[in-house]
Amino acid sequence: MEPMKNISCACTACEIQHKAARRQQTVHPPFIWAVIVLSVLLWILIYRQLNPFADFVTYTILKLPIKSPMGESVRFFFYDTPKVMMLLTLIVYGVGVLRSFFTPEHTRKILAGKRESVGNILAATLGIATPFCSCSAVPLFIGFVTAGVPLGVTFSFLIAAPMVNEVALVLLYGLLGWKVAILYLITGLLIAIIAGWTFGRLKLENHIEDWVREMRINTSEVPDERLTWTERFDHGKAAVKDIVGKVWIYVVAGIAVGACIHGYVPEGFMTSIMGKGAWWSVPAAVVIGIPMYSNAAGIVPVIHALLGKGAALGTVLAFMMSVIALSLPEIIILRKVLKPRLIGTFIAVVGSGILFVGYLFNIII
Amino acid sequence: MINIKVLGPGCSKCIETEKIVKNALKEAGVDASVEKVSDFQEIAKHGVFSTPAVVIDGEIKCAGKVPGRKVALDWLK
Repeated sequence: MEPMKNISCACTACEIQHKAARRQQTVHPPFIWAVIVLSVLLWILIYRQLNPFADFVTYTILKLPIKSPMGESVRFFFYDTPKVMMLLTLIVYGVGVLRSFFTPEHTRKILAGKRESVGNILAATLGIATPFCSCSAVPLFIGFVTAGVPLGVTFSFLIAAPMVNEVALVLLYGLLGWKVAILYLITGLLIAIIAGWTFGRLKLENHIEDWVREMRINTSEVPDERLTWTERFDHGKAAVKDIVGKVWIYVVAGIAVGACIHGYVPEGFMTSIMGKGAWWSVPAAVVIGIPMYSNAAGIVPVIHALLGKGAALGTVLAFMMSVIALSLPEIIILRKVLKPRLIGTFIAVVGSGILFVGYLFNIII
Repeated sequence: MINIKVLGPGCSKCIETEKIVKNALKEAGVDASVEKVSDFQEIAKHGVFSTPAVVIDGEIKCAGKVPGRKVALDWLK
């Protein structure tokens, strides 16, 4: 048995070395660039055929009557699903490559010792670009606070990071157009900046759990690495595999629900409940959104369909922000480092920001 | 014996990291103790604030991402 094991071990090692050598020989940077350019061109070509494709599937293959609720729903589904998935793949890849230029360690270095207002703006912006797993919100919080990043600035980061993300923006762009996507980006950032700044003013530092404040972190540095372009593109690929692999099911489910609403719910049905006239609908949307935990991928298609039935944009956006920025699981995790009063203030400040955005949109649009 | 710690609260990425480290150990034929650290206080004590992270004999090898198989093998050499 023993010798056998050794032989197989040696073989695997050989194989790895061979593979590594082969990769280094064959994958030249110019080659990769060519592949990328070609893929993007191919992407554009396919993307432009989506409308005829949806028509073909709905009316030619499935032979559904034009203008019937069933036909409308099915066409909606076969147009929006590939469109959103394609947009998602492209953007997530791009953002994955971009994010390889940022690390939480760098971000912390940039933010440590920054003055409040400038720090809040920087933190919110970096919140979009810095890659971090949502479950490391607590370690990140500790890391920031102990490194001397002001509490308010840390909050700007933690609010912006989940709320303004590439998946939300892609879906808003794909389903509701670029104007709504930009509005969402700007107001999301503003909420993070202003809420964080407000936190700074409230002087709540002693409402962080004691063990965090007493903690002296040994500043052992994480090895800084220089990445090659090949590795950055690999980051993009990994991001697509990770994010698209995780959210596609929500996208498809969301669009399916959206498609049913689109075809079967009567025009103007939502006007009385979620329309501009119903002033109470914005706070109701925020409150309902808190215990709901979904990602942007599942919620935007539903929102898209609701809008078509007379729901007001502000109300709907407030609902979406509340669902993804104020989630119960996140609050429970944050409770480990924040005392109840600070958690309460967090919900109140971010919630008011979302309320404000909801009303603002309902008034101006 | 080498002491390896995988730091992370326990999401899918942390579990994947642990699997990669264990597989790398088997592949390299190295004997080591692998410990999973999921307590936030413990994680912070290591000076790590983005998870998953891997600490080998007190030295942070990577933080904030799942290491590749090849990278993990390199650490064990």
